Amino acid sequence: MILARVVGRVVATQKDRSHAGAKILQLQPIDPEGRDAGEPFLAFDGVDAGPGDRVLVTLDGWSASWTIRRPGAAVDAAVIGVVDTVELA
Amino acid sequence: MRLARVVGNVVATVKNPALDGKKILICKHVGAGGRPEGRAFLALDSIGAGWGELVYYVRGKEAAFPFLPDEVPSDATIVAIVDSWEA
Repeated sequence: MILARVVGRVVATQKDRSHAGAKILQLQPIDPEGRDAGEPFLAFDGVDAGPGDRVLVTLDGWSASWTIRRPGAAVDAAVIGVVDTVELA
Repeated sequence: MRLARVVGNVVATVKNPALDGKKILICKHVGAGGRPEGRAFLALDSIGAGWGELVYYVRGKEAAFPFLPDEVPSDATIVAIVDSWEA
């Protein structure tokens, strides 16, 4: 799992049927200090996250497909939590 | 998944039979403003995408899922044509 920040939202009408009804967010990967760490990507939203939220993301397809109760969906990432705090030793 | 712009296509006659009739599209990731940037890569089309369109694609073993029960070899498959994108 990784940390990311919600930076956008994507709407598509013509899409794979396993994506019907799924909310698709654009995410910027971040490190624990909140700095950008890598290229933006897209993920299903399983927790109703909003713009600017710091979120927890799974990059496993099977887990991602379960976030919208559609096992086997053609998806490779999903938001599975909204982060409240990050503490570093 | 990632956003990409379709910038071309590839034609191959000799190929895995499961690829027959499938479009192989050349894509580039998009940066701010939706402009294509970086190195081109290939993705299989499952949705009827074409030249110039903004799409998103899925990577990894899940790239084969849109074609099930056919077992199509793909590690990147376009699964949606993007209508709008708010950044």
